[in-house]
Amino acid sequence: MDIEAIRQDFPILKRKINNSPLIYFDNAATTQKPRQVINAISDFYENHNANVHRAVHTLSLEATDFYEKSREKIAKFINAKDWPEIVFVRGTTEAINLVAYSWGLSNLGKGDEVLVSLMEHHSNIVPWEITSKLKGFTIKYAKVNADATLDYDDFESKFSRNTKIACLSHVSNVTGVINDVKRIAKVAHDNGALMLVDGAQSVPHLAVDVQDLDMDFLAFSGHKMLGPTGIGVLYGKKELLEKMQPFQGGGEMIKEVAFSQDKGCSIIWNDPPWKFEAGTPNICGAVGLAEAVKYLEAVGMDEVLNHEKALTKYAVERMKECSKVTIYGSNDLSKKCGIIPFTVKGLSSHDVALICDNYGIMIRSGFHCAQPLHQQVLKLPSSDRASFYIYNTKEEVDRFVEVLKEIEQL
Amino acid sequence: MVSVEDYVARIEGTCGEEKDVIVVFKYDKKDEAIANILKKAKLKNTIAGIIFELTFQDISFRLYTSGKAIFRSIKNKQELNNLLANLLL
Repeated sequence: MDIEAIRQDFPILKRKINNSPLIYFDNAATTQKPRQVINAISDFYENHNANVHRAVHTLSLEATDFYEKSREKIAKFINAKDWPEIVFVRGTTEAINLVAYSWGLSNLGKGDEVLVSLMEHHSNIVPWEITSKLKGFTIKYAKVNADATLDYDDFESKFSRNTKIACLSHVSNVTGVINDVKRIAKVAHDNGALMLVDGAQSVPHLAVDVQDLDMDFLAFSGHKMLGPTGIGVLYGKKELLEKMQPFQGGGEMIKEVAFSQDKGCSIIWNDPPWKFEAGTPNICGAVGLAEAVKYLEAVGMDEVLNHEKALTKYAVERMKECSKVTIYGSNDLSKKCGIIPFTVKGLSSHDVALICDNYGIMIRSGFHCAQPLHQQVLKLPSSDRASFYIYNTKEEVDRFVEVLKEIEQL
Repeated sequence: MVSVEDYVARIEGTCGEEKDVIVVFKYDKKDEAIANILKKAKLKNTIAGIIFELTFQDISFRLYTSGKAIFRSIKNKQELNNLLANLLL
């Protein structure tokens, strides 16, 4: 993997921030965009822009072709059986909300249970909490070990005949821990439950095969994998999507809206995936995401993961030189992606992030939308998070550690 | 008449248990804002002349030459506004 060649594809990496070269370590929040993705978006708007599916003119047909070919590309990327299993949404959050509302409101009620873990991002907690208030089902929270790994025994022991769906992040957005979702999916299916996987932090960083892992639903975001913001994917098994009610109503998601004086309005839904894509979709977002997938495929997902693991190992070793820095989460780097949560003794996470910013280093501070994990497991008021991607280098880590050492002097 | 709004672009509450407040100064006024603050607040510590640990009216805060300041133990918006007015104007 030629990191220098990769870095040349990312114009933003030439920027200086506060008079220092930009070091972007906030990739778990969003990633930077390669020129290929930027060009694909420009090309679409400059040459092919029109609305999809609704016209017979040439531009519309071209735009439709771009949009649907993007869907096919993404289906292959995660090894979905077929392209109708790919629903375009705004991002992971909307994908999970779609399942919570479209599937949940029709299939969950009093006495039913939804199983989640305490390490989840708020987007895999709040939609279930909202719909549980509407439908009266129970949410069970599985424990997380002190090293921030999933307590598999606790998770599996919480399944019952009332469990209807298990919802688990593939990779923690705080610690980078990779969960064995295949194992949990099997237990879920053995108990007659479905399995939803939050893939926001996994699909960008490792090869994900939805058939091998036997996921029923997988949610992920384009902007965390070199694509544009405002586009994401819900993968759902075809037979499930076919049975589900629409999420939103409007154009595109219907086959027919008939009206008669005696019977009123009668609506026939469109087939999946369009049943779930009401209104004009983010066409260009899908095109940009497909280009991002093409880029990642060219690099190779195994290469992406290996690079991140090597960089994480190096960063953890170097950060240990800092006496006031504490790193959280499992020491087993073989089961981690490139995310390092840490604190600096005597300083708030925001102080550390602001100081890093002063040196051109972008890291995240706060709860990272995972308050339960911070308060119940890590016992932290907040944390800092450095997260890596394909364009990050050991030299950047060295500079980061230098800055941490300066911070320790405060 | 000069006001706090002439210097401040945005005020953000931080995410986390600590209810810190980050004040982001307008890019073209940040140097002036920093100079005003450094004239009035008491300097406790500094790193390389780009980060200043300061106190003013018994409130400690950090000021960054990137044009941001982080305040803690602020009770409410009014207290912050008064503090910024006293520091900036």
